Parts: sequence; structure tokens; C-alpha cells
Amino acid sequence: MAAKDSGGQSQSQRSRQEADAEATEAAVDPEIAERHEAITEEVDDLLDEIDEVLETNSEEFVRSFVQKGGQ
Amino acid sequence: MRTQNLNGARLGGPENQTSPIGGSAAAPEGTRLESMTVRRIMGTEIEYGISVPGQPGANPMVTSSQIVNAYAARPELSKGGRARWDYEEETPLRDARGFTYTGALYDPAENLADEDSGLANVILTNGARLYVDHAHPEYSTPEVTNPREIVLFDKAGEMTMAEAALRAAHTPGIGPINLYKNNTDNKGASYGAHENYLMSRQTPFADIVAHFTPFLVTRQIYCGAGRIGIGQDASEHRFQISQRADFFEVEVGLETTLKRPIINTRDEPHADAERYRRLHVIIGDANLAEYATFLKVGTASIVLAMIESGAFDGTLGIAEPVAELRAVSHDPSLKHKIELRNGKRVTAIELQQSILEQAEAYCGADADPDTREVLDQWAYVLDALARDPMELADMLDWPAKLSLLNRYRERENLDWGAAKLQAIDLQYHDVRPEKGLYHRLVARGKMKRLLTDTEIIDAMTEPPSDTRAFFRGRCLARYPSEVVAASWDSVIFDVGADSLVRVPMMEPEKGTKAHVGELFERCEAAKDLLDIITAE
Repeated sequence: MAAKDSGGQSQSQRSRQEADAEATEAAVDPEIAERHEAITEEVDDLLDEIDEVLETNSEEFVRSFVQKGGQ
Repeated sequence: MRTQNLNGARLGGPENQTSPIGGSAAAPEGTRLESMTVRRIMGTEIEYGISVPGQPGANPMVTSSQIVNAYAARPELSKGGRARWDYEEETPLRDARGFTYTGALYDPAENLADEDSGLANVILTNGARLYVDHAHPEYSTPEVTNPREIVLFDKAGEMTMAEAALRAAHTPGIGPINLYKNNTDNKGASYGAHENYLMSRQTPFADIVAHFTPFLVTRQIYCGAGRIGIGQDASEHRFQISQRADFFEVEVGLETTLKRPIINTRDEPHADAERYRRLHVIIGDANLAEYATFLKVGTASIVLAMIESGAFDGTLGIAEPVAELRAVSHDPSLKHKIELRNGKRVTAIELQQSILEQAEAYCGADADPDTREVLDQWAYVLDALARDPMELADMLDWPAKLSLLNRYRERENLDWGAAKLQAIDLQYHDVRPEKGLYHRLVARGKMKRLLTDTEIIDAMTEPPSDTRAFFRGRCLARYPSEVVAASWDSVIFDVGADSLVRVPMMEPEKGTKAHVGELFERCEAAKDLLDIITAE
């Protein structure tokens, strides 16, 4: 990722970094993968909860939130 | 009205010159303080957004009064008749620069009229004030001495609002009323989250303007509450760090409702004006995250202590503070470079790091624990912000909100103008535990906390022990029928004598539990208490 935007780097550095990144991706630790999956599930769960508690008509809710000025 | 002058008595007076916490009022001019501390008299006042579902035209003065009155029906507040607010010492139009405001924009009567117009007001047994200000319900915390207690009473205010709304919903004839701890409706209106810091009168106001401004312009990177929308009416759909940044238009001034200034000059100390100034800070966002509030007031108090001691050399002066305030807020990547008066360009993080370095040098290794905790957390968040603001999604408001919005946006493939996203932005601030998205994050254990719910619930009724709020709160709790009025610096009793008895409290550090705690245990009636404190 980082290598893509680093315009000033030499070609050899760039390809080494890309190779490193690929190597890292290839050797995914199963424990990390599991944790990643757990986090993704948790995020989905949270977003589902937002859907549940969010005021039913978002557009109407946002539009009707009108305040008089304050300090 | 008979006034009991308590100078020299237990509640203190001008000749009773103990050193104020965190200030240099009692120190000879030019003397460097022995130790720098975050501790000083301070408090917050938050105006809550108010909305009746399906009725955008509902009169907010009426609904705000319904909220306050609903809470006032709590048993401990309703048993002895409600105490009124005593305005005698209030001079809201006095200006810190030394003149009294005479322009036509403000009608002093407006500030004094709420009793007449029926706008509700209730003084709580924890020493706080719950009332209607303009068109919003407002909660002013009792005076406290340290940032942790600000968080405690600020959160107690939030819970008070949640309970008030619940009580209102169960009052016949009143429909559901929703409350939001935020600062804008995204349609052009903004309402305040103010902080108050008691300072030494000796500090030249020009020093505050010069050295506090760069701090205020940049502190939003850790205490902004996040907002979708650029501009006062949010016409451009993009995320920004602060709720309030787009509503500030001048550098210094007395106004609070239009042409809002970064430094507000209101000079109304609610204390001995010879010794103290109350710095009224109007530029903050209302925070839900406990650490955001903790850092907001903690860092401010340290910086003010440094200003009181002449610690700053002025090299951090910002060329265009109002424009930079917005530019910083509009760039959640935190890469924006601020132009200083000396021509240098620094990011908000770098400017804050520079203030922190000076604070570390100034406070030294022997900083007290309260001060140490603020310095450590300050350093922690600045480092994390420099790496990736999203590391603080479990600690501060704007990263928490942005993280939620980004995840939701990605899943639903929405652009920033989507009503769903704006609804999430708004509902993050809903005070109801079952509806507010901040509260849902807390329920999932996703936000770092400083406090427990039990501590916050206790603080809804129990005053802080180490300020005059203790005396105010205990008088209301112990003698509800005899206290007819109170204010920040007075309690007025009717004990059946020819006239009312007014007890002035011009020293915020007197009337503490240590000073008067056992009197409340000893005195069955208010008259006994008054006999003792006026005899000394």
C-alpha cells in the first residue's frame, strides 16, 4: 500500500517493499485471521444495532431537528 | 432583606486570604508559583438540543420548561417548595476589558426575567443549576476543583437530562421530548457548551488573549465532537472535527449568541471581583466521551496556570485564528498547516505538542497526581493522533463518531449527504441510554471510561465536598422549606424572622465539607445553622 504513493523511491526499493507485503499477506497467521473475523463480526453486529435503534425515518428525523439559536 | 455579612466567619470573606487553588491571586506580583497545578475552581454549562418527534414547530421554551419542571418533581427537590435564583450579584454585561456594555444588542432585563416569564429554574442538591436558557434546557455543574470532578458532574448533568425526559414522558399532557448533547442543528443554529475557570485578577487580559487563543484554536483535535457538514448551515456534505468551529467569527468579544468570539470577555466572577476573574470559555463542543471532557478542561486549566505565571513567550501566536480554527476542523487527516505570526507553519498536533512540552517543563517532575494524569493523557492522545486518529475511536468523540460513520458508509455504500449518516451524527448525542449511539458504544464496552455509573448517579444528588457548592447543596437538601433562593454566591433563608437572611459566599473555596460539614449534622433547623455561622 505505502509503496504506491512513494513517488520519490527508487524502483528497487519499491519492488522489495511490494514483495515484502505480498510475503506478509501470504503467511497469514491463523490466529490473526480468526481475530480479524471476530472484529468484522463485531462491527457487523454494531452496525445492525445502529439500524435497530436509529429513528425510523432518517430523512424526516434529520429534517425536523430544528433548534432555536443559543449561546 | 437583612444581609448577614460573614466576612471572617466560616464562609470566608475578603480579609480571609487563603491561597486560591491553582491561582496566583495571593502571591505577590511577579512571584513564580512553587508548583504548577491543574487544580482551580471550575465548572461547565451545557445547553441541550431539544426536539419533539414529529413536531419541529413545538415551542422550545415551553418544552424546555417541561423538562426542567419534570425533573423538579423528584422527591428531594419538591418537598419544601422550590428555591428561586438570586440575581443580586449578577452583572452579565460587565466586560473583562474594564467597561460595562451599553450597546442595544442585549437587554439586561432579558437576563433577569426568567422568573417573570415563567421559564423554569431549579437548584439541585448537588449544587448544580438546571434551568431554561434561551430556548434550551441547560445544566450548570457545581463548582469543582479538578478535571475528574468536572467529568463527574458533567456526566451527572447528562443523566439528569435523560431522567428529566423520562419523567416528562410520564407526565400527563406532555408528549415525548428528546434531548441531544450536541451544539448544532445543521441548519444554522448553534447552542453552547461553556466552561468557566476562576483566575487571578492580576493576570492581564491581553495575556489571556495572546496565549490562550492558539491553544483554543487547536485543542479541538482531541475535544471536537465531530460533525457532518461544512458551514453554519452544513451545506457542504463532509465530515469535520468540531461542532462549533464554523460558528466563531471574531477573535475577542462579549457576545455569545452572534458574532461569537474565540475569547469571550464576560467578566462576572460570582466571587470577590478584586481577587478573581471568571474566564468564560464559549468555544468548546459538548462532549459525551469522558476522556474528551477530562482533557478539554484539564489542559485548559494547566495552560491558564501557565499564563498566570507568565510562562509563554508569544511565539505560538496564530496569524489568522478564526480562519485557522475552521481549517483545522475541516481536516480530519490533521495535516493542515497553520500559519503563525512569525511566518512558521505547523500542524495543530505540532502546536499542541509545543504547548505540552512547555507544560511538562513548567509543571516539573513533582506535579501533583491530578496534574500528572492530565499531562500523561495529553501526551498519549497527541502521539496517537499523529499516528492515526482512529486509534482513539475508543476514547474521544470525533474519532468514535467518524469510525462509526465510515463503517456504516462502507457497508451501505453511502455518500456524506445521506440522511442515514446525518441521523447517525445526530443520534450519537441522544442522551437516552437505549437510543444514544455513544451510549450504545459504552454498553458494548467500546469506550474507555474514567467513572462508573454508580459514581455518576451519586453525583446527581451529592455535592462536591471541597467548594462552596457543598454548602449550597447541603442547605437545599437539609432545609428545603427554609431556603427561598440561592445563586452561585449566596443562599437566602426564610427562618420566620422579620426579614429574609442572605448568606453571601464570595469565596468559592469556603463552605466546604471540611469547613461546615459537621454543622449540618448538628443543626436540626436552618435557624440553628444561621445562629452558629453568624455568631463567629
